[in-house]
Amino acid sequence: MTELNLNLNKNTTGRYGDYGGQYIPETLMNELDRMTKAYEHYKNDPEFKTELHDLLVDYANRPSLLYYAERMTKDLGGAQIYLKREDLNHTGAHKINNVIGQALLAKHMGKTRLIAETGAGQHGVATATIAAYFGMECEVFMGKKDTDRQKLNVYRMELLGAKVHPVTSGSMVLKDAINAALQDWTKRIDDTYYLMGSATGPHPYPLMVRDFQSVISQEAKTQLKEKTGKLPDMVVACVGGGSNAIGSFANFIDDPSVQLVGAEAAGKGVETELTAATVERGSNGIFHGMKSMFLQNKTGQINPVYSISAGLDYPGVGPEHAYLAKTGRAQYVGITDDEAVDAFEYIAKMEGIVAAIESCHAVAYVRKIAPKMRKDQIIVCTLSGRGDKDVASIAKYRGVDIDD
Amino acid sequence: MTKLTDAFKNKKAFIPFIAANDPDFEGTVNNVVALAKGGADIVEIGIPFSDPIADGPVIQAADIRALKADPDLPMDTIFDIVKAIRQQTDVPLVFLTYLNIVFQYGYEAFTARCEELGIYGLVIPDMPLEERGELEPAAKKHNVDLIPLVTPVSGDRIEKIAKAATGFIYVVSSLGVTGERSEFANDLSELVTRIRKVTDVPTAIGFGIHTPEQATEMAQIADGAIVGSACVNIVAEYGKQAPTKLLDYTKQMKKAVNAHPVR
Repeated sequence: MTELNLNLNKNTTGRYGDYGGQYIPETLMNELDRMTKAYEHYKNDPEFKTELHDLLVDYANRPSLLYYAERMTKDLGGAQIYLKREDLNHTGAHKINNVIGQALLAKHMGKTRLIAETGAGQHGVATATIAAYFGMECEVFMGKKDTDRQKLNVYRMELLGAKVHPVTSGSMVLKDAINAALQDWTKRIDDTYYLMGSATGPHPYPLMVRDFQSVISQEAKTQLKEKTGKLPDMVVACVGGGSNAIGSFANFIDDPSVQLVGAEAAGKGVETELTAATVERGSNGIFHGMKSMFLQNKTGQINPVYSISAGLDYPGVGPEHAYLAKTGRAQYVGITDDEAVDAFEYIAKMEGIVAAIESCHAVAYVRKIAPKMRKDQIIVCTLSGRGDKDVASIAKYRGVDIDD
Repeated sequence: MTKLTDAFKNKKAFIPFIAANDPDFEGTVNNVVALAKGGADIVEIGIPFSDPIADGPVIQAADIRALKADPDLPMDTIFDIVKAIRQQTDVPLVFLTYLNIVFQYGYEAFTARCEELGIYGLVIPDMPLEERGELEPAAKKHNVDLIPLVTPVSGDRIEKIAKAATGFIYVVSSLGVTGERSEFANDLSELVTRIRKVTDVPTAIGFGIHTPEQATEMAQIADGAIVGSACVNIVAEYGKQAPTKLLDYTKQMKKAVNAHPVR
């Protein structure tokens, strides 16, 4: 594996057109500034880069496979489908890529305590894992609704030595967990690093998360070239806040022939209230430290959102996604709960892969679009995580009662 | 000199806070009028936000109550509350809210209504110095002061923030979110001294102040004291009887901030 290029994007201002910025309480401004400067320094520091590389290879099990889904391709009868297998990473999701990078930065900044928010629990598990690896203290904030539907991940985090705080404010999901993590951070800055998991929040988070996750597309691009000698025609990834999607897009943004598609969680339907399809249903706003697109009411109150997937029910997207959507460089499509669950079952039976319900939103879009494409065309679909954590809730969705 | 700066003239200012529409329209009007009668020098009216990241549990709960009473709570209802308040008192008023609320209404339209109704300033915790540029032109045009926050960890940002300030400067007493506390950062005097070196704009300390003793102590350091959660607690606890309690509390706190002669 070649070393990760952390200077892929020359725009390091934290502004993506009208989007981005640092809309955050004054208490955190100096700390964000320190973080920005530290990142700008270490991303070009040979020692840091070597450490990062070694961890990605020896600890996270990179590079991840680019797998040709032959049965799926045949069954759908159109474009050739390649799956980028982030589900095979250590901890079972793409989240590890970012936590390794940021935790390494935290270590170099002299921090001894990591805090994080988590939705489905994948980012919390990844953070708890890296905290254990570095011998750091770790506290994870998770909405009460999510601690209830992802009990296995809560226990995993505790097993790894983290303290999990169920958040009971607001709608008790991911956005409320971020609120709680930010509030905790303002109380304790000196020794604490807030390890944000998505490509959201104030600068430099969207930049760092994109850079660390761009390992997905850096590898995919090389791997596909080796296998086919070509660029893909389309890259598909699921979007909540958008970390695996931005990582999957990053190395293809400057290749205009590659269509970029983000699969959003439409929940019960884009037209219903029970949705998390931010780009399709949302509007410009300012929240969680960034100007971006959000699901909100006319006054500017942030809407409670809904999706079967705990990892996608966030009322916003990262600022770079808002920018890619606005400029038309990427398209965002809503996938309903039903479609995602169907895709969950489909890919299990077709390819023998139990993929995360989040990732199955991307798979569902591939099922729709691949038959409409030519057989010489190629789709790269990112499987952002594995689906063991979802088995119990999918069973429940299908009315099957199993002990979890 | 702005109307807010005037409120600090020859005295220490007591600045209470309550959340709009908590418990309802009438209650808010009565509570603000009571605070004014009790001698508040400026009243901060919080515009409820679904996700108040700078606020502790007490003000979060007030926001939830206010939004439960009216889930849509249009900004125009809040402006109507101010209009009703204005029929009974001319106490200087400021809004405390999060930037998205102002952004959605439109910066020009929002500040124009503020000017029309006598809202003299805005405290926006998620709008640091670097991001105020987008709101500043409209605010200046409509004589609305953008009241910046300075914290014990602002470091070399203190002077930059202070120099750009009008109205007054909100000095955050300690790290963390709003809510009653028993201890404050121990270098607040130094912080205020650094502010005073670069500006005549008055300072008021907030976050955690609730007892008269604390108010006296903070008013010796700065030019005023801001009290939020304690007032919100009174509203939560006493409901319709809150105005009487708020009036008494304000009298007591007003006396406390002026317990020592002005510098």
